[in-house]
Amino acid sequence: MQLDALDKELMCSGHVGCPGCGATIAMRFVLKALGEKTVMVLPACCWSVIAGPFPQSSLRIPVIHTAFETGGATASGVRAALDMKGDTETTVITWAGDGGTFDIGFQALSGAVERNEDFIYACYDNEAYMNTGIQRSSSTPYGAWTTTTTGADWKKLRKKNIVEALVAHRIPYAATANIAFPEDLIRKVKKAKAIKGSKFLHIYASCPTGWRIPSEMSIKIARMAVQTNIFPLYEVENGVNYTINYKPKEYLVREYFKLQGRFRHLKDTDLDQIQEMVNEDWWLLLRKAGEHA
Amino acid sequence: MKKVLEGSHAVAEAVRLARVQVISAYPITPQTHIVEILSDYVTTGKMDAKYLRVESEHSCMAALIGAQSTGIRTFTATSSQGLALMHELLHWASGARLPIVMAEVNRALAPGWNIWNDQTDSLAQRDTGWIQLYCEDGQEVLDTTIQAYRLAEIVNLPAMVVLDAFYLSHTYEPVDVPDQDEVDRFLPPYKPAFILDTKHPYSLSPLVTPNAYMEMRYDIAMAMDDALGQFDRVEEEFAMIFDRRYGAVEAIDCDDADIVFVTSGTVTSTGRLLLEELRPRGEKVGVLKIKLFRPFPVEAVRRALGKAKKVVVVDRNFSFGASGIFAQEVRAAICNVPGHPPIFGYIAGLGGRDITVQLLEEIYFDVKGSATPRKESIWVGLQEVNRAT
Ligand SMILES: Cc1ncc(C[n+]2csc(CCOP(=O)(O)OP(=O)(O)O)c2C)c(N)n1
Ligand code: SF4
Ligand SMILES: [Mg+2]
Repeated sequence: MQLDALDKELMCSGHVGCPGCGATIAMRFVLKALGEKTVMVLPACCWSVIAGPFPQSSLRIPVIHTAFETGGATASGVRAALDMKGDTETTVITWAGDGGTFDIGFQALSGAVERNEDFIYACYDNEAYMNTGIQRSSSTPYGAWTTTTTGADWKKLRKKNIVEALVAHRIPYAATANIAFPEDLIRKVKKAKAIKGSKFLHIYASCPTGWRIPSEMSIKIARMAVQTNIFPLYEVENGVNYTINYKPKEYLVREYFKLQGRFRHLKDTDLDQIQEMVNEDWWLLLRKAGEHA
Repeated sequence: MKKVLEGSHAVAEAVRLARVQVISAYPITPQTHIVEILSDYVTTGKMDAKYLRVESEHSCMAALIGAQSTGIRTFTATSSQGLALMHELLHWASGARLPIVMAEVNRALAPGWNIWNDQTDSLAQRDTGWIQLYCEDGQEVLDTTIQAYRLAEIVNLPAMVVLDAFYLSHTYEPVDVPDQDEVDRFLPPYKPAFILDTKHPYSLSPLVTPNAYMEMRYDIAMAMDDALGQFDRVEEEFAMIFDRRYGAVEAIDCDDADIVFVTSGTVTSTGRLLLEELRPRGEKVGVLKIKLFRPFPVEAVRRALGKAKKVVVVDRNFSFGASGIFAQEVRAAICNVPGHPPIFGYIAGLGGRDITVQLLEEIYFDVKGSATPRKESIWVGLQEVNRAT
């Protein structure tokens, strides 16, 4: 398959991500789509480590590491300053985990998007605080084990719908993407780059370490997340125009859950309940997109 | 040109003259006048800058960290709760070696809600690696803000220009506003060595292992020490153009004084009036104004207090479980000087209560009549307190 992207690698080997890490795959594709005229804002997350310790870096673009909850704000400052220097061409992208986006960084993100700052905010979603050892976040899905939702206390709350929260800001562009669908991912990154104002990319990024899956299953599970409608691929323009990019043929969520150690404790009745939740979310999305099941 | 300006306005004029390119702020009384004026300057084109109207002080400092990292000059102003909210990023700014300048209007911390003057907010940030400069009047506020950029950019550390709530921020005084070309002569463009640049893709503030962290901290410590000497140099250069200088400390009538008051901020002006009151009556009293708090000018303080028989520190702030914060610093500065004078710590004026000449006079005679301090900290002007049990 020929990807519509740079041949040159802007992410080098020698990064310190775990084998099979979805977050590194996501970074590689996104940088290939963005090219060299890119400045990255990197709040605390697994990627603060993956990038490598001083004085090395696995990224061939300028990066500013910043505090956990400041992805939206730091990028606002970088953008303002580059504009003052007459550089409106360089893309500013924030690269944050789900914790830095859904939880602690949500205020700064909301502020930046309300101001319609001209930048891309990319959230690679591994559905927990992985850097600190797999603690639950508001992105952790219903049913999951984490180190703070153990035993009978597995998470019994739904995952926050971050894209809808951003859409409510009337953000010029919001999209979901997935490491198992690189063409779609690259197209969306390029589209985001070309749009003025705030752009949000929600990128599904499997995490073998945190999900208790074998590293070679990373892509397979990512693909199944889309095929089961657990993580639909869609995009929203200006907070109103929905496009669903992929319509799977009926797959059961059960298959997806059975493959992952973090869901091992779930009973069939739990999985039935989860199937209903997923169906309900999918119908809701179809309705917003003006389509009917 | 002489103008009658509010202290807040003096800050704004200095920021304009320093050719700041990105301003970000979040409103809090009594900082608001500073940021309202600057917002207007940007809107009307009096300044060629961007003004980021962020959603919190925390985001404000994060935005400035991002902006300054591209190699441009930035500014913010805050106070009290706002400064406390910034705390994490104050450490970040100094650790990232970014010479961000902020005006900090000293206001009391809640609870109870109190918008009035108190220094605990800025002094609680003393370990964050920011240069701290305390001002006495409107002219000093303007001059210090311009100097702060020069000093901060020489040592690559952020700087806080501190002014008292209302007594300074909202008080009108005649202030000499310099011409742009004079300021340009004093303050060259900001040219840092490492910036966010797609042609030279550095990673700023990455993960640092125990192999290098300590050396980086040592370098900050050295830069902070260096700021002490650089402050004098900056003042020298400033005086050559503007014919005004303040000193890291100012010793007023200290040479023959038996009792020296150590003051900061606008209380120094009250101290000057105390001298006018007591000197003609034959009382040998002096005042030591401390302007530069970080780095702390240890040698200058030792020299100024060398001849005093007793030292009084008036603190409009308090560190619970310890004492007034200036008193702590003065004690630490002179404790290794053999035969140093006793330090009398007085706590006054918290949460905007007035510190009058009469109050200082009471303190003076209290000290004169005591051989040694009765207590580590004596709270003056206190009403009876029913202590919660
Ligand atoms: C204010 C603050 N609180 C807590 C932390 C500790 N911390 C660093 S990364 C992290 C979790 C990051 O989770 P996420 O954003 O999902 O990224 P991931 O590590 O999963 O890639 C936490 C809790 C911090 N750096 N700063
Ligand atoms: S813990 Fe997960 S997200 Fe973090 S580096 Fe490992 S695989 Fe990647
Ligand atoms: Mg995560």
